[in-house]
Amino acid sequence: MGLADLQQKSSKSTSDSTSALLRELVAHLAQNRAPLREEWLRRITEARLLTAMSQDELFAEATSVYDSYVKALETRTLEALQAYAQNLSERIIPLGVETHEIVGIVLLLRDVLARSLFAKYHTDSELMNRVLDAYEPAANAVALTVSVGFVQERERIIREQQASIRELSTPVLQVRERLLLLPILGLIDPHRARQLTGQLLRGIRATRAKVVVIDITGVAAMDTNVANHLVLTVESARLLGARVIVTGLSPEIAQTLVNIGADLGKINTVGDLQGGIEEAERLLGYKVVPTTIEAQPG
Amino acid sequence: MEVVILKQGPYLIATIQSALADADIVQLRDALVQQVGTHRARGVIIDVTALDVIDSFATSTLRDIAHMVRLRGAKTVIVGIQPDVAFAMVRMGLGLEGITTTLDLEEGLAYLDRETKITANQ
Repeated sequence: MGLADLQQKSSKSTSDSTSALLRELVAHLAQNRAPLREEWLRRITEARLLTAMSQDELFAEATSVYDSYVKALETRTLEALQAYAQNLSERIIPLGVETHEIVGIVLLLRDVLARSLFAKYHTDSELMNRVLDAYEPAANAVALTVSVGFVQERERIIREQQASIRELSTPVLQVRERLLLLPILGLIDPHRARQLTGQLLRGIRATRAKVVVIDITGVAAMDTNVANHLVLTVESARLLGARVIVTGLSPEIAQTLVNIGADLGKINTVGDLQGGIEEAERLLGYKVVPTTIEAQPG
Repeated sequence: MEVVILKQGPYLIATIQSALADADIVQLRDALVQQVGTHRARGVIIDVTALDVIDSFATSTLRDIAHMVRLRGAKTVIVGIQPDVAFAMVRMGLGLEGITTTLDLEEGLAYLDRETKITANQ
């Protein structure tokens, strides 16, 4: 028998003994499920974690987290736990649970279980070391999985919300037959500028608009790229047979447009939104007359 | 593919059905400029609704057509440019300056009706 064989055999026996120990561990954790869970819950309450949840909710969640945790240690696979962590995150994120709380409770559970192991094996320090060798990597992997699952879920929600904010922030509104209004608020980045142009051009086609009022009162600053993009948008709209009136240019934006040498001759600008709408009505041949005179008798 | 030119009252309507080779556009230009005279047309409509791409050659030829037709005494309107095509053209600097464009055929006809009436009144 060569040296390599010996080494292999010894490492195999180590891994065998690790799984044997883990089995023993799991049996211990399953046996002491009720008191350990109680202890864990007490520690969670003491640390003021998950205060957004009621005691009953906390108890139910703690039970299933505990079971999933033990199950993950037992099967030594993390897939089921991953799925559970994602599901849990989906449910508790809307309650306003923070990342530190989730990481906190998982680490507390890890500590509570480690202590119970310590209490059980403290008489035999050599066995104790081996038990901890088996327990720690598995417990760390579990803690990592739950925390990462939570953070990923949060990030997914944030991405979704960003997308929906982008959608919402550029409505193309029909003010009258053949007159569209595009109020732009907030910061314009190149991505949003592109999206805005697309929505406007499709809007023109869908509503057969002849005049578009783009109101940029709510835009504080505009960089060269976006200013150029605005000019391109106005030109594109013209190719679709619509005239664009830009209203509410701030002094800063006016300066930017002049400094970049944008061909302002193509852009019809009016001071404010009211003036813009009046100009658009004039172009479309509308005449707004107050009805009060007719309404009076006589 | 040759573009068919239809006569509709005092107007000529050329509807481009599919992507055109350069030679076809030149052929369209020659035919339109010719027929403005033979039909005594007051206006020309070029419908590009079916085109997904309008390149620089097509743009410059469309511009040439508009100028030539004007010299022959009629007005030109380009109709039906798709939103994406419009933005792509403008970004490449092919803005069709000085040439009338409208959303679709109906708008184009309305524009020509207005324009020719104004000319007739003068």
